[in-house]
Order: sequence, then structure tokens, then C-alpha cells
Amino acid sequence: MTLRVNIRHRQGEFTLDARFSSDGGVTALFGRSGSGKTTIVNAIAGLVRPQEGRIEVDGAPVFDSQAGVWIPPHLRRLGYVFQEARLFPHMSVAQNLLYGQRFGGRTARGGASLADVVELLGVGGLLDRRPADLSGGEKQRVAIGRALLSHPRILLMDEPLASLDEARKQEIVPYIERLRDEAVAPIVYVSHSAAEVRRLATTVVLMENGRVTAFGHPDQILAEAAGDTAESFGAATPVLPGSVMAREAPGLLRIATPAGELLVAGNGAQGEQIGVRIAMNTLLLAASAPSGLGACGVLSATVTRVEDGGGAWQGVTTRIGDADITTRATRAFIREHGIVPGRTVYIVVTKAWAESSALNAQS
Amino acid sequence: MDSPPSSRPTDRMETWLSPEEWSAVRLSLQVAAVAVAASLPLGVAVAYLLARGRFWGRGALDAVVHLPLILPPVVTGYLLLLFFGRRGPAGAFLEAHFGLVFSFRWTGAALACAVMGFPLMVRAIRLSIEAVDRRLEDAASTLGASPAMVFLTITLPLMAPGVIAGVILSFAKAMGEFGATITFVSNIPGETQTLPSAIYALTQVPGGDAGALRLTLVSVVLSVAALAASEALARAMKRRMAAP
Repeated sequence: MTLRVNIRHRQGEFTLDARFSSDGGVTALFGRSGSGKTTIVNAIAGLVRPQEGRIEVDGAPVFDSQAGVWIPPHLRRLGYVFQEARLFPHMSVAQNLLYGQRFGGRTARGGASLADVVELLGVGGLLDRRPADLSGGEKQRVAIGRALLSHPRILLMDEPLASLDEARKQEIVPYIERLRDEAVAPIVYVSHSAAEVRRLATTVVLMENGRVTAFGHPDQILAEAAGDTAESFGAATPVLPGSVMAREAPGLLRIATPAGELLVAGNGAQGEQIGVRIAMNTLLLAASAPSGLGACGVLSATVTRVEDGGGAWQGVTTRIGDADITTRATRAFIREHGIVPGRTVYIVVTKAWAESSALNAQS
Repeated sequence: MDSPPSSRPTDRMETWLSPEEWSAVRLSLQVAAVAVAASLPLGVAVAYLLARGRFWGRGALDAVVHLPLILPPVVTGYLLLLFFGRRGPAGAFLEAHFGLVFSFRWTGAALACAVMGFPLMVRAIRLSIEAVDRRLEDAASTLGASPAMVFLTITLPLMAPGVIAGVILSFAKAMGEFGATITFVSNIPGETQTLPSAIYALTQVPGGDAGALRLTLVSVVLSVAALAASEALARAMKRRMAAP
């Protein structure tokens, strides 16, 4: 699945000018309320017609102002889970779930069956009930199931947890994680909650006043959004040159760097040259090659400098490509393992993401 | 030869009411039912246009629909006579092409009742359309429902209480319509003499009081039954889709 959005829309004082793309996983539209997130999702779904631009799903436009393309919402095959579940009050839960299957073209395709969805979302005991008799969390689960059963190409979710209390949120989040991890459907997820985005998203589109101000891995974007890039990741987050070896999962790339392979968050095609940023303050220095780690990967590099600041900790700098990578180690460790310039050391990387080239690559 | 059993309710009714009175009751029910059934699709369409439409002349349409409510019924009846009489433009056309005659026929009484009840029907239905949550319609469209399917599966069921209210109101109005009917199609026993016309006729003749009283009683019973039916239906609807 690929989704490309490039739209401009004016509503009174508010101007939306948004451009981003997604190729699977959970793409979170993140920003304050009023930043235009919902308008974007409505435009993707076809409930709002932007004044200008183009929206493309799997290579085919569903909207193109120049070519005069406008596909009405019922023909787009995009599922939508709204903030308020919007269940049909005159139908039972089962009728709500199966509503999308009444319409031609959707039933013939494979995809989740009622039994699958009932199992996935745990709504088996609710089927005969009316929406009025459900709790908020149950309603939202039924709404997710109803959207999934229409076999959408993309699942759009607009603040699906915002109207729920904390306990209900905790009840829903695992189900959304299952959708993501079992790759049931690619998701575009609107939220203003950093905690939700951190937990669910594979890619984040940061929105401010109707504009996309950043695009990339949740750790990076959330840190930038919070304005603490330097604090969280070290003043200079170095860029290593890399090339994409494989796409391991939506939003997860295996990248070869001159110093070793890394599993990195990001989007890109196989063979693409791509820069890798690593979070400096999360690096671990090892004297011999470690194995069996659940980290992004291990880089091996030659020490160029050992700094003696006089304290218990010393900085050990290595050079990979054009980047100086500095890690910290205790004085005892450096003495014991003979860490001197010229020696090979191993650097365990726990947080890394691909350069957000996708935003700039499309025009 | 045995005499026919006399315990069937219609027989009792027929012995209680005179044949003329009984035919007025039957005719009233027939006229009201046809008037409501024939005007309902148009009523839903006009209510939908007024509630949702954004077009030039919407205000004029609204005014025309409400006209029978504010005009003296005699005026409405006379206008119907001018347009739908045998020599009126619409009447002559309908007779020539469809063999449909309104003047001095029960069909004319049905037309008069439909026109008089139309504003009540449209108002009730329009209010219920305005109360339908359009976000539910949006949700249905994202699930693959075309605009026509959205209307049939979401809008129409959700506005059903208003449609029922409109039907009952317009039926009750039709049962009681007098001025426009008597002006348009006169007061012909067995053809255009509905309940109110029959009561009026009976009050104009010496010794008609007993008959007028009997028909009045029938009128009261039918009205109360209609009201009770509408209340029961409204309660059932409410139960079925308690606020989401």
C-alpha cells in the first residue's frame, strides 16, 4: 500500500498545505487540535474535497484537482474509524459489523471475515446488542471491526481513543497494536497524544497550523515536537551513509553502513542510498563483539581519540564515514580493555532512524 | 332458510348506523387512506428538499407547501376547482390523458384532503430529517454505501418516527377536512359526502340530531384511535433506538 497526499485547502482563516506519504504500518498525523489533522483524513476519505492538489492510493489518484479526478467516498474503499464510534443506532452490533459487506465489489475480495474480526476485537458477546447498550470502549471496538469488514485498502482512524477514559484507552490500544503487528491493514492514525503516537506509530507526520513540519520516526519527531532534540539525542546527531538492503516490515529497514548492518525505522526502497541518524546518548561501548542483542545493530569502528576529562567517565571517539561518534565509558573500563586510538571497538546502537528523505523525494 | 348470524361487528355497525351514515364513514376512511398514501412519497421528497436542498426558489417552495395551512379552506377548495375542475387546465389534461376526473368524485375529495394535510405531513417529516445525524451518513458512505443506499438504509430508518407522525397528522386532517372538500367536490352522498360533510348535512335537516351525534361519536373514536396508534408507534421507535 502506498498513500501520497499533497493538498491545499482553505477554510475561513485556516489554510491547510500538507504533503506526506506512507507505505504501510501506522502513520500518525500528530499535532495540536486545530492543526488540520482531521481535515487531511476527511480529504483522504472523500468527506472533504480540497481546493487543490492530489491524493493517490496505490498509485491511482482518488483526487486530482488538475486532472479533475474526484472519486466519491463510497468507491474509495478506505475504512474510517471516527472519534465518536458513529454506530448505526437502529441496527444490532452484528448488523453494524456487516454493513459494509452489503455493498458490491467489497465482498468478492479476500480479507477479514466476521469470525476473524470477532476474534481479533473480542466482540463475540456483543453481536445481538444495540449500540445504545455498549460501553464507550465496546462501541469503538465495534466501529473498528465494522471498518475492517468493509475490506478497506487503508484504515483511517481519527482520534479513536480521545473520547475514552484512561481505562477504556488501555482496553483498545492492544487491539490497534494487533492490527499493526498482524498487518491487517495499513493505518493512518490521527492523534494529539504523544503517548499514543509513541506506542502505536511507525511513522509520524508532525502537523502545525495546517502544515507538515516534520516527518519521520516517532522517537525523532516526538523529540523535535517537544523541542528537546539536543537533550534527548546529543547536540549533533550524526548521519552515517547507508544503503537499504531490505524492507523488514512496514517502517523498518535493514541498512548497510560502512561499519555494519543496522535495523532502522524508516521508509525506502531496496538499494536506495539513505542516511542513518543514531541517537548518541543511547549508545553502548563494547570491547569485544557482543551477540544476541535485541538492538538495532552493532557497529565496529576504530578509535580515533580518547578524551580525558578528569572524571570517572571518559569520551571515546570513533569515525565512521564523515561522522564522529562519541560514546562514554568508565575510566576503569578504558584501562582494563586497553582502549587507545587505533583499537577496534564495538558500538551497540539502540535507537536509529533513516533520514526523512521521503518528504523531500516526492515532488 | 336461516337468518344470517348477526354477531359480526360490521352487521352491528350497519344496524346502528343508517346506510347513508355508514357509507360516509367508509368513504372518509377510503378518502383519507388514499390521500395519505398518494401524497406520502411526494411529502418525503419535498421535506428532504426543504431540509437538505440548497437551491434557488427553496423559500418559494416552502411558502407554497404551507399555503393550505394559512389560506381559508374555502379558498383552497375554490383554487382546486379552478385548476382541477373539468374545465381547469390540470383537470382537462388529466381527464384527456389519464381518464382521471376529480370534480364531484371521491378522488377529488382525496385530492383536497391530500393538499390540506400536505403542510402538516411535510413539517413533521422535515423536522425528523433535520434531526438525523449526518455524521452517520458519512460513516455509511465510507463503508461503501452509495448516496441512494445511504438514504434507504440510514436516513429513512432514522427519520421513520417523523414519517409516522406526518402520516398520522395528515390522516387525521383528512378525516376532518370539510371546507376545501365541500367547495371542490360538493356534498354528494355515497360519492363525496365524508364524515364532516354528513354531520353538517344532518345538522341542516329537522330530526337529524341523532344521526349527527352518532357520527360525532365515530369521529371521536377514530381520532382517539389514531392518536393512540401514533403514541404507541413513537414509543416503540424510541425503544428500538434509544439515544446512541
